Amino acid sequence: MLKPLGDSTCLVQLGDRIAPAVNRRVHALAALIEASPLPGVIETVPAYAALLVHYDPLVTNYASVADWVLGLAERVAIDATRAPRRIQVPVRYGGESGPDLGAVAASTGLSPAEVVRLHTETEYTVYMMGFTPGFPYLGRLDPRLVVPRLETPRTLVKAGTVAIAGEQTGIYPLDSPGGWRLIGRTSLRLFDPASETPFLFAPGDLVRFVAEAVDDA
Amino acid sequence: MTLEVLAADGLVTVQDLGRRGWGRFGVPRSGPMDAFALRAANALAGNPPEAAALEIGLGDAAFRSTQDCLIAVTGAGYALSSYVWSFPLWVSLRVRGGWTIRLTKSDGGMWAYLAVAGGIETEPALGSRSTHLRGGLGKRIEAGDRLPVGPTALDAQFLAARTLPEAFRPAYTQSPLIEVIPGPQTDRFTAEGMKIFLNGCYGLSPASDRMGYRLSGPPIEHSGSADLLSEGMAMGSIQVPASGQPIVMMADCPTTGGYPKIAGVVSADLPVLAQCVPGQAQIRFRATTVEAAQARWRAMVNGLYTGVEKL
Repeated sequence: MLKPLGDSTCLVQLGDRIAPAVNRRVHALAALIEASPLPGVIETVPAYAALLVHYDPLVTNYASVADWVLGLAERVAIDATRAPRRIQVPVRYGGESGPDLGAVAASTGLSPAEVVRLHTETEYTVYMMGFTPGFPYLGRLDPRLVVPRLETPRTLVKAGTVAIAGEQTGIYPLDSPGGWRLIGRTSLRLFDPASETPFLFAPGDLVRFVAEAVDDA
Repeated sequence: MTLEVLAADGLVTVQDLGRRGWGRFGVPRSGPMDAFALRAANALAGNPPEAAALEIGLGDAAFRSTQDCLIAVTGAGYALSSYVWSFPLWVSLRVRGGWTIRLTKSDGGMWAYLAVAGGIETEPALGSRSTHLRGGLGKRIEAGDRLPVGPTALDAQFLAARTLPEAFRPAYTQSPLIEVIPGPQTDRFTAEGMKIFLNGCYGLSPASDRMGYRLSGPPIEHSGSADLLSEGMAMGSIQVPASGQPIVMMADCPTTGGYPKIAGVVSADLPVLAQCVPGQAQIRFRATTVEAAQARWRAMVNGLYTGVEKL
């Protein structure tokens, strides 16, 4: 369940697939660790089914961190009373904002309007963040919208672009390369390093997309 | 006081010990490629370990201080000169205001660290001065930039002409034996694959950068799929994609990754690996334990305080 990754981090494995219950345990353990930090423990990085714990081996050691994390992992309970944050994301779908909407519709056998309906119907969980600062991995996507990544990633995807790939949907916070299918764009700013709260999302948040407009391809 | 940048032909960035606490939002640590050399430069310049310094790589660079100051340059693969003299690295020096501080690329390494007493005091972003270019945190330092240097109460006369002897530095070499802690995904590789990794000799691809060092050598066999549910990773994590050619994640390592990790490089050997030169280095790996690795790193960092001596 807990293994060293190098000499300054260890990985707590709580499952091996994308599942809301497993992911909630990951976030609950991260919250427990943050609420009662052991000296020398620096931060945690939650993912779908695993939590990475960074520590400073000049301050503590692997055995101490392992004992402490395993102790907390035994006590971790999902606090149903702690309501997650809910965030609405306005999106302009299709057209120049979401150039792959037509192709996604064609390959799924749906109309563009149905793709937008299915994408906006689900309330997603921020399972994890990664790839670039502020990029939320959101799931689970309606199975009817599952499409593969692009074979050749685009060299430039504009900040705010909403995209799908596999069972996931996400939003590019920065202009960056990207291999997901682009279906729309939001005007919300996901990452502002100068702000006191630099990130719009945090792992564990609940997210819903709202269609502002659907443009023709 | 200001440090003026006269030339920055390669990649010059400001780095401190790294950005902490933002990993869960997907923000990489960044920080130095050779963390020991940065710590040593700060120790020699009389700075605290967390002070920011300049990382210089991939080309020559030159600077000029507006006032007399104490500096130290550490790392490998560079030669240092100032005014009309050449100086060794890993030494603290008093430099007059207006003298040029020149770093010239040479053999045997990749990265040099220039610490100035008082520390480089560029504007921090997300609690750190470390530069992460892809994330828009900090910037690439260019000729014409003027970098603020913090105040120092220390006596430069007393701190100058000190060195960290070679015995206390990382054993930089282009044919290193790098210690790793196997795992966490040893079960994702065949027994033969593990053996190949620990017995093989790997070169360093020119496609290597601050994000990752791509190795080329005998391919490592997976026991099943090379896809892993994305999970956290860190500097030193060795990912093995389907090609079987390992990638060692370096300072700008993304917070998460989706390839099985065969091992993690120990802190004490990351500096040696960081200074490996693409096309030249012949790298081998050896397994160790997390306890032994942590003891080695503590001893190395202690050496910064016990090992420094007057020239």
